Amino acid sequence: MIKIDVDMAKCQHYGQCVFEAPSVFELNNDDKLEYTATADDSERANVEAAIDVCPMQAIRIVE
Amino acid sequence: MSHPVLIVGASMGGLRTAEALRRFGYVGPITVIGDEPYAPYNRPPLSKEVLAETVSHEAVAFEQRESTADVNWVLGTRVESADLEHNIVTDANGDVHPYSALVIATGLRPRRLNVANGELRGRHAVRTLDDAIALRADLKPGARVVIVGAGFIGCEVAATARTLGCDVTVVAPGISPMQRSLGTELAAEMQRRHEAKGVVFRLKTAVTDLVGESAVEGVVLDDGTTVPCDVLVEAIGSHENTEWLEGNDLNLSAGVLVNNDLRAMRQNGVPWNNVFVVGDVARFPNPAYDDDARQIEHWNIPTETAKRVAQVFTEQAQGEFRPIPSFWTDQYDNHLLAYGVLALADDVKLIDGDITGDCVFGYYRSGKMVGVCGIGMRSVVQSYRANFV
Repeated sequence: MIKIDVDMAKCQHYGQCVFEAPSVFELNNDDKLEYTATADDSERANVEAAIDVCPMQAIRIVE
Repeated sequence: MSHPVLIVGASMGGLRTAEALRRFGYVGPITVIGDEPYAPYNRPPLSKEVLAETVSHEAVAFEQRESTADVNWVLGTRVESADLEHNIVTDANGDVHPYSALVIATGLRPRRLNVANGELRGRHAVRTLDDAIALRADLKPGARVVIVGAGFIGCEVAATARTLGCDVTVVAPGISPMQRSLGTELAAEMQRRHEAKGVVFRLKTAVTDLVGESAVEGVVLDDGTTVPCDVLVEAIGSHENTEWLEGNDLNLSAGVLVNNDLRAMRQNGVPWNNVFVVGDVARFPNPAYDDDARQIEHWNIPTETAKRVAQVFTEQAQGEFRPIPSFWTDQYDNHLLAYGVLALADDVKLIDGDITGDCVFGYYRSGKMVGVCGIGMRSVVQSYRANFV
Protein backbone atom coordinates (compact mmCIF):
# COMPACT_ATOMS: atom_id res chain seq x y z
CA MET A 1 0.00 0.00 0.00
CA ILE A 2 1.07 3.57 -0.57
CA LYS A 3 -0.22 6.50 1.45
CA ILE A 4 -1.12 9.67 -0.40
CA ASP A 5 -1.20 13.15 1.03
CA VAL A 6 -2.49 16.27 -0.70
CA ASP A 7 -1.78 19.62 0.91
CA MET A 8 -5.27 21.09 0.58
CA ALA A 9 -3.94 24.53 1.54
CA LYS A 10 -1.87 24.45 -1.65
CA CYS A 11 -4.30 22.61 -3.95
CA GLN A 12 -6.12 24.88 -6.40
CA HIS A 13 -8.25 22.06 -7.84
CA TYR A 14 -6.66 22.22 -11.29
CA GLY A 15 -7.44 18.50 -11.60
CA GLN A 16 -4.38 17.58 -13.68
CA CYS A 17 -3.78 14.59 -11.35
CA VAL A 18 -7.15 13.14 -12.35
CA PHE A 19 -5.86 12.22 -15.80
CA GLU A 20 -2.77 10.45 -14.44
CA ALA A 21 -4.32 8.47 -11.58
CA PRO A 22 -8.10 8.41 -12.07
CA SER A 23 -8.60 5.67 -9.51
CA VAL A 24 -7.07 7.90 -6.81
CA PHE A 25 -8.08 11.47 -7.71
CA GLU A 26 -11.33 13.01 -8.93
CA LEU A 27 -13.03 16.37 -9.13
CA ASN A 28 -16.40 16.30 -7.39
CA ASN A 29 -19.60 18.05 -8.52
CA ASP A 30 -18.34 21.32 -7.06
CA ASP A 31 -15.04 21.02 -9.01
CA LYS A 32 -13.16 20.32 -5.79
CA LEU A 33 -10.48 17.65 -5.57
CA GLU A 34 -11.21 14.42 -3.74
CA TYR A 35 -8.75 11.55 -3.35
CA THR A 36 -8.26 8.22 -1.66
CA ALA A 37 -5.74 8.34 1.18
CA THR A 38 -4.28 4.94 0.31
CA ALA A 39 -3.79 2.99 -2.90
CA ASP A 40 -2.33 -0.29 -4.03
CA ASP A 41 1.43 -0.42 -4.77
CA SER A 42 0.56 -0.92 -8.41
CA GLU A 43 -0.70 2.69 -8.45
CA ARG A 44 2.70 4.12 -7.48
CA ALA A 45 3.76 4.99 -11.05
CA ASN A 46 0.43 6.69 -11.73
CA VAL A 47 0.56 8.67 -8.49
CA GLU A 48 4.14 9.71 -9.24
CA ALA A 49 2.93 10.91 -12.65
CA ALA A 50 0.16 12.83 -10.84
CA ILE A 51 2.79 14.41 -8.58
CA ASP A 52 4.74 15.44 -11.67
CA VAL A 53 1.80 17.22 -13.31
CA CYS A 54 0.41 18.98 -10.22
CA PRO A 55 0.84 22.72 -10.88
CA MET A 56 0.89 23.47 -7.16
CA GLN A 57 3.17 20.51 -6.28
CA ALA A 58 0.68 19.70 -3.54
CA ILE A 59 0.76 15.87 -3.78
CA ARG A 60 3.14 13.58 -1.89
CA ILE A 61 3.52 9.87 -1.35
CA VAL A 62 4.03 9.34 2.37
CA GLU A 63 6.22 6.27 2.82
CA MET B 1 33.29 1.94 -17.21
CA SER B 2 30.99 3.34 -19.86
CA HIS B 3 30.52 7.08 -20.10
CA PRO B 4 27.38 8.48 -18.48
CA VAL B 5 24.28 9.94 -19.94
CA LEU B 6 25.18 13.58 -19.42
CA ILE B 7 22.31 15.96 -18.72
CA VAL B 8 23.25 19.63 -18.99
CA GLY B 9 20.80 21.70 -16.97
CA ALA B 10 19.81 20.82 -13.38
CA SER B 11 16.33 22.25 -13.35
CA MET B 12 13.02 20.50 -13.85
CA GLY B 13 13.83 19.15 -17.32
CA GLY B 14 17.12 17.66 -16.14
CA LEU B 15 15.57 16.10 -13.07
CA ARG B 16 12.60 14.64 -14.93
CA THR B 17 14.92 13.20 -17.58
CA ALA B 18 17.01 11.41 -14.93
CA GLU B 19 13.85 10.06 -13.29
CA ALA B 20 12.34 8.95 -16.59
CA LEU B 21 15.54 7.19 -17.70
CA ARG B 22 15.40 5.13 -14.51
CA ARG B 23 11.65 4.52 -14.88
CA PHE B 24 12.15 3.15 -18.40
CA GLY B 25 14.91 0.85 -17.26
CA TYR B 26 18.22 2.58 -17.97
CA VAL B 27 20.56 1.47 -15.17
CA GLY B 28 23.84 3.04 -16.34
CA PRO B 29 25.51 6.15 -14.94
CA ILE B 30 23.80 9.57 -15.12
CA THR B 31 25.53 12.90 -14.51
CA VAL B 32 23.64 16.20 -14.29
CA ILE B 33 25.53 19.50 -14.57
CA GLY B 34 23.84 22.74 -13.55
CA ASP B 35 25.07 26.31 -13.13
CA GLU B 36 22.86 27.17 -10.16
CA PRO B 37 24.06 26.04 -6.71
CA TYR B 38 20.67 24.49 -5.88
CA ALA B 39 19.20 21.04 -6.38
CA PRO B 40 16.27 21.16 -8.84
CA TYR B 41 13.37 23.33 -7.75
CA ASN B 42 10.01 24.44 -9.05
CA ARG B 43 10.02 27.89 -10.66
CA PRO B 44 6.31 28.90 -10.97
CA PRO B 45 5.83 29.74 -7.26
CA LEU B 46 8.69 32.25 -7.52
CA SER B 47 6.35 34.80 -9.07
CA LYS B 48 3.30 33.73 -7.05
CA GLU B 49 2.65 32.09 -3.70
CA VAL B 50 6.26 31.70 -2.58
CA LEU B 51 7.13 35.26 -3.60
CA ALA B 52 4.23 36.37 -1.43
CA GLU B 53 5.63 34.52 1.60
CA THR B 54 9.12 33.29 2.40
CA VAL B 55 11.36 32.55 -0.56
CA SER B 56 13.64 29.62 0.25
CA HIS B 57 14.98 26.55 -1.51
CA GLU B 58 13.03 24.38 0.90
CA ALA B 59 9.76 25.99 -0.19
CA VAL B 60 10.27 25.09 -3.85
CA ALA B 61 12.64 22.08 -3.97
CA PHE B 62 11.44 18.99 -5.82
CA GLU B 63 11.42 15.86 -3.71
CA GLN B 64 14.29 13.54 -4.57
CA ARG B 65 13.14 10.08 -5.51
CA GLU B 66 14.90 6.87 -4.54
CA SER B 67 15.29 5.90 -8.20
CA THR B 68 17.67 8.81 -8.80
CA ALA B 69 19.68 8.54 -5.57
CA ASP B 70 22.77 7.42 -7.53
CA VAL B 71 22.69 10.32 -10.01
CA ASN B 72 25.89 12.37 -9.98
CA TRP B 73 24.91 16.04 -9.50
CA VAL B 74 27.54 18.60 -10.51
CA LEU B 75 26.00 21.86 -9.32
CA GLY B 76 27.29 25.42 -9.41
CA THR B 77 29.09 24.57 -12.65
CA ARG B 78 28.52 26.34 -15.95
CA VAL B 79 29.23 24.52 -19.19
CA GLU B 80 31.29 26.39 -21.75
CA SER B 81 31.22 24.27 -24.88
CA ALA B 82 30.30 20.97 -26.44
CA ASP B 83 31.99 18.89 -29.12
CA LEU B 84 29.31 16.59 -30.45
CA GLU B 85 31.71 14.81 -32.86
CA HIS B 86 33.85 13.69 -29.93
CA ASN B 87 31.07 13.30 -27.33
CA ILE B 88 32.47 15.73 -24.80
CA VAL B 89 31.27 18.79 -22.90
CA THR B 90 33.71 21.24 -21.29
CA ASP B 91 32.77 23.27 -18.22
CA ALA B 92 33.94 26.70 -17.07
CA ASN B 93 36.61 25.14 -14.85
CA GLY B 94 38.11 23.47 -17.90
CA ASP B 95 36.94 20.01 -16.82
CA VAL B 96 36.01 17.74 -19.71
CA HIS B 97 32.91 15.53 -19.40
CA PRO B 98 32.73 12.63 -21.87
CA TYR B 99 29.28 11.18 -22.49
CA SER B 100 27.54 8.25 -24.13
CA ALA B 101 24.45 10.41 -24.70
CA LEU B 102 23.88 14.12 -24.14
CA VAL B 103 20.63 15.68 -22.97
CA ILE B 104 20.41 19.44 -23.46
CA ALA B 105 18.24 21.00 -20.74
CA THR B 106 19.76 24.46 -20.38
CA GLY B 107 16.49 26.36 -20.70
CA LEU B 108 16.14 30.11 -20.90
CA ARG B 109 17.35 33.21 -19.15
CA PRO B 110 15.45 36.49 -18.86
CA ARG B 111 15.90 39.16 -21.48
CA ARG B 112 16.86 42.48 -19.87
CA LEU B 113 16.16 46.08 -20.80
CA ASN B 114 18.88 47.60 -22.93
CA VAL B 115 19.09 51.22 -21.77
CA ALA B 116 21.88 53.81 -21.50
CA ASN B 117 21.49 54.36 -17.75
CA GLY B 118 21.35 50.67 -16.85
CA GLU B 119 23.91 50.27 -14.06
CA LEU B 120 21.46 50.78 -11.20
CA ARG B 121 20.39 48.91 -8.10
CA GLY B 122 16.73 47.93 -7.84
CA ARG B 123 16.53 46.17 -11.21
CA HIS B 124 15.08 42.66 -11.06
CA ALA B 125 14.22 39.70 -13.23
CA VAL B 126 12.30 36.62 -12.11
CA ARG B 127 13.71 33.30 -13.23
CA THR B 128 15.92 31.82 -10.53
CA LEU B 129 15.55 31.31 -6.80
CA ASP B 130 18.20 33.98 -6.19
CA ASP B 131 16.23 36.39 -8.40
CA ALA B 132 13.12 35.80 -6.28
CA ILE B 133 14.99 36.16 -2.98
CA ALA B 134 16.38 39.52 -4.12
CA LEU B 135 13.00 40.73 -5.40
CA ARG B 136 11.14 39.64 -2.27
CA ALA B 137 13.48 41.75 -0.12
CA ASP B 138 12.47 44.85 -2.11
CA LEU B 139 8.69 44.27 -2.17
CA LYS B 140 7.92 46.33 0.92
CA PRO B 141 4.48 47.81 1.53
CA GLY B 142 4.28 51.18 -0.17
CA ALA B 143 7.21 50.49 -2.49
CA ARG B 144 6.66 51.88 -5.96
CA VAL B 145 7.04 48.91 -8.28
CA VAL B 146 7.19 49.21 -12.06
CA ILE B 147 6.86 45.98 -14.00
CA VAL B 148 7.96 46.05 -17.63
CA GLY B 149 6.14 43.37 -19.57
CA ALA B 150 2.55 42.19 -19.26
CA GLY B 151 2.93 38.49 -19.99
CA PHE B 152 2.18 35.83 -17.40
CA ILE B 153 5.26 36.49 -15.26
CA GLY B 154 4.73 40.25 -15.29
CA CYS B 155 1.05 39.88 -14.38
CA GLU B 156 1.74 37.32 -11.65
CA VAL B 157 4.37 39.57 -10.08
CA ALA B 158 1.95 42.50 -10.37
CA ALA B 159 -0.71 40.57 -8.47
CA THR B 160 1.75 39.40 -5.82
CA ALA B 161 3.31 42.85 -5.33
CA ARG B 162 -0.13 44.48 -5.11
CA THR B 163 -1.22 41.88 -2.55
CA LEU B 164 1.91 42.75 -0.53
CA GLY B 165 0.83 46.40 -0.48
CA CYS B 166 3.11 47.82 -3.15
CA ASP B 167 2.06 50.52 -5.63
CA VAL B 168 2.19 48.73 -8.97
CA THR B 169 2.45 50.06 -12.52
CA VAL B 170 2.72 47.72 -15.49
CA VAL B 171 4.37 49.07 -18.66
CA ALA B 172 4.00 47.05 -21.86
CA PRO B 173 3.80 47.50 -25.62
CA GLY B 174 0.58 45.48 -26.11
CA ILE B 175 -3.05 46.60 -26.03
CA SER B 176 -3.89 44.51 -22.95
CA PRO B 177 -2.05 42.16 -20.58
CA MET B 178 -1.42 38.56 -21.76
CA GLN B 179 -3.31 39.47 -24.94
CA ARG B 180 -1.10 37.37 -27.22
CA SER B 181 -1.85 34.27 -25.13
CA LEU B 182 -5.43 34.84 -23.99
CA GLY B 183 -6.98 36.78 -26.86
CA THR B 184 -8.51 40.24 -26.72
CA GLU B 185 -11.64 39.67 -24.66
CA LEU B 186 -10.22 37.57 -21.83
CA ALA B 187 -7.09 39.74 -21.69
CA ALA B 188 -9.22 42.87 -21.35
CA GLU B 189 -11.19 41.23 -18.54
CA MET B 190 -7.96 40.30 -16.73
CA GLN B 191 -6.84 43.92 -17.09
CA ARG B 192 -10.11 45.05 -15.48
CA ARG B 193 -9.55 42.61 -12.60
CA HIS B 194 -6.02 43.93 -12.05
CA GLU B 195 -7.23 47.52 -12.19
CA ALA B 196 -9.95 46.74 -9.66
CA LYS B 197 -7.11 45.73 -7.32
CA GLY B 198 -5.35 49.03 -7.96
CA VAL B 199 -2.75 48.11 -10.60
CA VAL B 200 -2.05 50.91 -13.12
CA PHE B 201 -1.38 49.93 -16.74
CA ARG B 202 0.70 52.02 -19.16
CA LEU B 203 0.07 50.10 -22.38
CA LYS B 204 1.21 50.59 -26.00
CA THR B 205 4.29 52.07 -24.36
CA ALA B 206 7.98 51.21 -24.20
CA VAL B 207 10.74 52.08 -21.74
CA THR B 208 13.46 54.23 -23.30
CA ASP B 209 15.72 54.86 -20.28
CA LEU B 210 15.97 54.78 -16.51
CA VAL B 211 16.34 57.61 -14.00
CA GLY B 212 18.60 57.32 -10.96
CA GLU B 213 22.10 57.86 -9.62
CA SER B 214 22.99 54.55 -7.98
CA ALA B 215 19.52 53.03 -7.56
CA VAL B 216 16.63 53.15 -9.99
CA GLU B 217 14.29 56.09 -9.26
CA GLY B 218 12.11 56.08 -12.34
CA VAL B 219 11.51 54.74 -15.83
CA VAL B 220 11.34 57.01 -18.86
CA LEU B 221 8.64 56.05 -21.36
CA ASP B 222 8.56 56.65 -25.09
CA ASP B 223 5.80 59.26 -24.68
CA GLY B 224 8.31 61.38 -22.74
CA THR B 225 6.76 60.83 -19.31
CA THR B 226 8.61 59.37 -16.33
CA VAL B 227 7.08 56.90 -13.87
CA PRO B 228 8.81 57.12 -10.48
CA CYS B 229 9.82 53.79 -8.99
CA ASP B 230 11.85 52.09 -6.27
CA VAL B 231 11.71 48.60 -7.74
CA LEU B 232 11.91 47.68 -11.41
CA VAL B 233 10.89 44.21 -12.57
CA GLU B 234 11.86 43.26 -16.11
CA ALA B 235 9.55 40.55 -17.44
CA ILE B 236 10.13 41.01 -21.15
CA GLY B 237 10.75 37.50 -22.37
CA SER B 238 13.82 35.36 -22.57
CA HIS B 239 16.93 34.19 -24.39
CA GLU B 240 17.75 30.54 -25.00
CA ASN B 241 20.87 29.24 -23.28
CA THR B 242 22.43 27.71 -26.38
CA GLU B 243 25.69 29.64 -26.84
CA TRP B 244 27.68 26.67 -25.48
CA LEU B 245 26.39 24.54 -28.38
CA GLU B 246 27.69 26.77 -31.17
CA GLY B 247 30.02 25.24 -33.73
CA ASN B 248 28.21 21.89 -33.82
CA ASP B 249 26.16 22.33 -37.01
CA LEU B 250 22.92 22.68 -35.01
CA ASN B 251 20.01 24.98 -35.86
CA LEU B 252 20.05 27.39 -32.89
CA SER B 253 17.85 30.12 -34.38
CA ALA B 254 15.25 29.76 -31.60
CA GLY B 255 16.21 27.11 -29.10
CA VAL B 256 17.61 23.87 -30.51
CA LEU B 257 15.74 22.43 -33.48
CA VAL B 258 14.93 18.76 -32.91
CA ASN B 259 12.91 16.06 -34.65
CA ASN B 260 9.80 14.43 -33.20
CA ASP B 261 12.04 12.07 -31.18
CA LEU B 262 13.68 15.17 -29.65
CA ARG B 263 17.04 14.38 -31.27
CA ALA B 264 19.03 17.51 -32.11
CA MET B 265 19.30 17.95 -35.86
CA ARG B 266 22.23 19.03 -37.98
CA GLN B 267 21.62 21.91 -40.41
CA ASN B 268 20.97 19.35 -43.16
CA GLY B 269 18.20 17.73 -41.07
CA VAL B 270 20.15 14.61 -40.11
CA PRO B 271 19.77 14.03 -36.36
CA TRP B 272 22.59 13.39 -33.91
CA ASN B 273 21.76 9.91 -32.71
CA ASN B 274 22.88 10.49 -29.09
CA VAL B 275 21.98 14.16 -28.54
CA PHE B 276 18.54 15.01 -27.14
CA VAL B 277 16.85 18.24 -26.06
CA VAL B 278 14.20 18.70 -23.35
CA GLY B 279 12.21 21.55 -21.87
CA ASP B 280 11.95 25.22 -22.85
CA VAL B 281 14.98 25.12 -25.11
CA ALA B 282 13.65 22.36 -27.40
CA ARG B 283 12.03 23.50 -30.65
CA PHE B 284 10.02 20.48 -31.68
CA PRO B 285 7.28 19.69 -34.18
CA ASN B 286 3.95 18.67 -32.66
CA PRO B 287 1.91 16.77 -35.28
CA ALA B 288 -1.23 17.44 -33.25
CA TYR B 289 -1.07 20.96 -34.76
CA ASP B 290 1.05 21.18 -37.91
CA ASP B 291 4.58 20.67 -39.23
CA ASP B 292 6.03 23.82 -37.66
CA ALA B 293 8.55 23.23 -34.90
CA ARG B 294 7.93 25.44 -31.86
CA GLN B 295 9.38 26.12 -28.47
CA ILE B 296 6.66 25.72 -25.86
CA GLU B 297 7.45 27.57 -22.64
CA HIS B 298 4.86 25.78 -20.56
CA TRP B 299 5.54 24.07 -17.28
CA ASN B 300 4.38 20.62 -18.43
CA ILE B 301 6.80 20.47 -21.36
CA PRO B 302 9.96 19.56 -19.39
CA THR B 303 8.14 16.55 -17.95
CA GLU B 304 6.62 15.52 -21.29
CA THR B 305 9.86 15.91 -23.26
CA ALA B 306 11.87 14.10 -20.56
CA LYS B 307 9.53 11.12 -20.80
CA ARG B 308 9.78 11.03 -24.59
CA VAL B 309 13.59 11.18 -24.49
CA ALA B 310 13.73 8.31 -22.00
CA GLN B 311 11.37 6.25 -24.17
CA VAL B 312 13.38 6.96 -27.33
CA PHE B 313 16.70 6.31 -25.59
CA THR B 314 15.52 2.96 -24.22
CA GLU B 315 13.84 2.10 -27.55
CA GLN B 316 10.35 2.05 -26.06
CA ALA B 317 8.88 5.03 -27.88
CA GLN B 318 5.61 4.33 -29.64
CA GLY B 319 3.90 6.57 -32.14
CA GLU B 320 4.32 10.29 -32.47
CA PHE B 321 5.22 12.76 -29.74
CA ARG B 322 2.09 14.91 -29.43
CA PRO B 323 2.09 16.51 -25.97
CA ILE B 324 -0.92 18.59 -24.97
CA PRO B 325 0.35 22.06 -24.15
CA SER B 326 -1.19 23.20 -20.90
CA PHE B 327 -0.68 26.19 -18.66
CA TRP B 328 -2.14 27.77 -15.61
CA THR B 329 -1.75 31.08 -13.86
CA ASP B 330 -2.82 32.36 -10.45
CA GLN B 331 -3.46 36.10 -10.07
CA TYR B 332 -5.31 37.12 -6.89
CA ASP B 333 -8.19 34.64 -6.68
CA ASN B 334 -8.30 34.15 -10.45
CA HIS B 335 -7.07 30.67 -11.31
CA LEU B 336 -6.75 30.21 -15.07
CA LEU B 337 -6.21 26.82 -16.70
CA ALA B 338 -5.71 26.27 -20.43
CA TYR B 339 -5.08 23.46 -22.88
CA GLY B 340 -3.84 23.77 -26.44
CA VAL B 341 -1.97 26.53 -28.28
CA LEU B 342 -4.24 29.54 -27.83
CA ALA B 343 -2.00 31.82 -29.89
CA LEU B 344 -2.81 29.83 -33.06
CA ALA B 345 -6.45 30.97 -32.93
CA ASP B 346 -8.07 33.26 -35.49
CA ASP B 347 -11.33 33.29 -33.52
CA VAL B 348 -12.08 33.31 -29.78
CA LYS B 349 -15.52 32.76 -28.25
CA LEU B 350 -16.98 32.73 -24.76
CA ILE B 351 -18.37 29.17 -24.53
CA ASP B 352 -19.50 28.97 -20.93
CA GLY B 353 -20.03 31.08 -17.83
CA ASP B 354 -20.03 34.82 -17.43
CA ILE B 355 -17.12 37.06 -18.42
CA THR B 356 -17.31 38.95 -15.12
CA GLY B 357 -17.16 35.75 -13.06
CA ASP B 358 -16.01 32.22 -13.82
CA CYS B 359 -15.93 31.61 -17.56
CA VAL B 360 -14.52 29.44 -20.34
CA PHE B 361 -13.26 30.60 -23.73
CA GLY B 362 -12.74 28.47 -26.83
CA TYR B 363 -9.94 29.25 -29.30
CA TYR B 364 -10.42 28.27 -32.96
CA ARG B 365 -8.33 28.20 -36.12
CA SER B 366 -10.31 27.83 -39.34
CA GLY B 367 -13.25 26.64 -37.24
CA LYS B 368 -11.26 23.88 -35.45
CA MET B 369 -10.68 24.21 -31.72
CA VAL B 370 -6.97 24.75 -30.98
CA GLY B 371 -7.28 25.79 -27.35
CA VAL B 372 -9.51 26.25 -24.32
CA CYS B 373 -9.01 28.49 -21.30
CA GLY B 374 -11.13 28.99 -18.22
CA ILE B 375 -11.22 30.97 -15.04
CA GLY B 376 -12.48 28.36 -12.60
CA MET B 377 -15.08 25.96 -14.14
CA ARG B 378 -12.61 23.06 -14.12
CA SER B 379 -15.04 20.37 -15.25
CA VAL B 380 -15.99 22.37 -18.33
CA VAL B 381 -12.33 23.10 -19.20
CA GLN B 382 -11.41 19.43 -18.64
CA SER B 383 -14.25 18.28 -20.86
CA TYR B 384 -12.54 19.90 -23.86
CA ARG B 385 -9.11 18.42 -23.08
CA ALA B 386 -9.84 15.35 -25.18
CA ASN B 387 -9.97 17.64 -28.25
CA PHE B 388 -6.20 18.05 -27.97
CA VAL B 389 -5.09 14.47 -27.34
